[in-house]
Amino acid sequence: MIVANRKTLEEILVMLKPYKKVLLLGCNECVTVCATGGEREVGVLASEIRLSRAKEGQEIEVREQTLERQCDHEYIDQVRPFVGDYEVILSMACGAGIQYVAEKYRTKPVLPAVNTTFLGVTLEQGVWSERCQGCGECILHLTGGICPVARCAKSLLNGPCGGSSNGKCEVDKEVDCGWQLIVDRLKELGQLDRYEEIIPVKDWRSSRDGGPRKRTREDLRL
Amino acid sequence: MKTKSNIERILESGGFVVTSECGPPRGADAEVIRRKGKLLQGVVDAVNVTDNQTSVVRMSSFSACIILKEMGFDPILQMVCRDRNRIAIQSDILGAGALGINNILCLSGDHQKFGDHSMAKNVFDMDSIQLINTVRMLRDDGKFLGGEEVKGKPVLFIGAAENPFADPFEIRAARLGKKVRAGCEFLQTQCIYNLERFSKWMEMVRERGLHERCAILAGVTPFKSVGMAKYMKNSVPGMDVPDELIDRLKSVPKEKQSEEGIKMCVETIQKLREIPGVRGIHIMAIEWEEKVSEIAKAAGLLPRPQP
Amino acid sequence: MRLSYPTNVKIVKVPCTGRVDVLLILHAFESGVDGVYLAGCLEGECHFLRGNLRAKKRVQYVKTLLEEVGLGSGRVEMYNMSSAQGQRFAEVAREMTEKVRALGPSPVKKKVKRESSGVRGRG
Repeated sequence: MIVANRKTLEEILVMLKPYKKVLLLGCNECVTVCATGGEREVGVLASEIRLSRAKEGQEIEVREQTLERQCDHEYIDQVRPFVGDYEVILSMACGAGIQYVAEKYRTKPVLPAVNTTFLGVTLEQGVWSERCQGCGECILHLTGGICPVARCAKSLLNGPCGGSSNGKCEVDKEVDCGWQLIVDRLKELGQLDRYEEIIPVKDWRSSRDGGPRKRTREDLRL
Repeated sequence: MKTKSNIERILESGGFVVTSECGPPRGADAEVIRRKGKLLQGVVDAVNVTDNQTSVVRMSSFSACIILKEMGFDPILQMVCRDRNRIAIQSDILGAGALGINNILCLSGDHQKFGDHSMAKNVFDMDSIQLINTVRMLRDDGKFLGGEEVKGKPVLFIGAAENPFADPFEIRAARLGKKVRAGCEFLQTQCIYNLERFSKWMEMVRERGLHERCAILAGVTPFKSVGMAKYMKNSVPGMDVPDELIDRLKSVPKEKQSEEGIKMCVETIQKLREIPGVRGIHIMAIEWEEKVSEIAKAAGLLPRPQP
Repeated sequence: MRLSYPTNVKIVKVPCTGRVDVLLILHAFESGVDGVYLAGCLEGECHFLRGNLRAKKRVQYVKTLLEEVGLGSGRVEMYNMSSAQGQRFAEVAREMTEKVRALGPSPVKKKVKRESSGVRGRG
């Protein structure tokens, strides 16, 4: 899922300073799975905002609404009947969802309540870890199912570097060396001879480097 | 000879190579490089200039190489993949060729988190192996990475670095193999303290016949003190410092420790010369450049063969 | 046991402190209370195995939220006792009352108006 972190309350309150009527939108997909912007987190943030304002002797109206997701028209449309009652929309969805809401409700300022970070997996309840950077040219079949772009701090395609120590990355003792993982997996799969192959320089055009991306399926267009 | 490199010249004549390095200053003062250079005159066959080592911004390797070349040295341009994309890399290689820099050391580069600009974007458009291949393509095939023709090929002797003590140990020789196949002609290792482990690595290297295609220059660094030895053992990734060495340093009084460290370094050099496949020594005396001459002399490496 | 404890302590019975959600505590503060404490089973003796451990974690979390909001982390606490410890119950009630009294009334003076009830939920 897309993993995000909630911004600090301080940062959010600064963004909300001019406003008294806020529509707080959560999302039931990725940000729910990583416990950042789902219904529960919407409730907690709304409560925090109200308590902070009450402490200052000020009032604020926060409507809590969690949409199925914010990256599809049909769901964002559901707030159309009452969006006019609010001065600002504070969204807890990922960056894509926040932007889509902004695109739809052009006359409402839309604020991000979260910092969107990576594509990742749940290691255990409460812990999420990065796995993919969306480079657009997947080579997982060559590296035992482990991505050198996302899991190596230097995105080396012919790693590891000299900083790999005890299976950990030089960047952080808690971070696994992506290439140690790859070598171990290739061994388990009996594919260690793959390691001998030199992987050539990457074509980064399919990645963010090539410019904002779009995908179309003509056969699905009405 | 493929290039005008002094390293290549000595290797072809069957000699033992001596290299060392200069760390550029954190400023624009060329005198710092000249001062360091003077300490190495007549002591080395070629000298590395580090490239923003540990991601700390310093005068560029390229410019410091030119200053050293003007003093009569054969500089080794160190190039990391952390800060430049393939466009800048190929451009710099052409520039190096144009200005008569004869050697290049291709490295991945320390992660920027270690340096003074950890908030920078990291590039890593390619890795060290792809960089080696790029230099070879430009020099031998006369082609850019995109396939177009190079008008005026840059001629550089291609080197790389390997750490025999990094993990995973079992693939380190295979990785060297990849570098050699990509075009690597000489190799400088990380500084060696654990001779047993290094010998094992050399065995693996010889098994693959890599020592015949690529000249291995063994790295050494003298200990200044027990403190330094302990620091290297515990805080520098990929460093293997056996306890006996620290104990040996501890056994002498503090004022004598640096002298003992130099002695140990000289002994290491002598042992390394005995290992088949070791074609030279790379002395790294970081911020202690004045000792390189003393070490080289005591190890019987002077005078250096002049062309 | 008919032991007395301060009258300002209002008891909300739950089958297990593990039932207490972060939001429940926050909404209590929104309704104007000065302090909240959870009284759960002794650690290792939870009837539902780990409910009191979850509650402990949530109380820790709410402490950080209250600190962020400016109400102070001292207004919420987790206590453990067995259902047989009547004395302990009264003792804790007194202790928490003293503690909160020393912190003063919650700066949230009026009951916070919450529009969300009824409309809260997924669209």
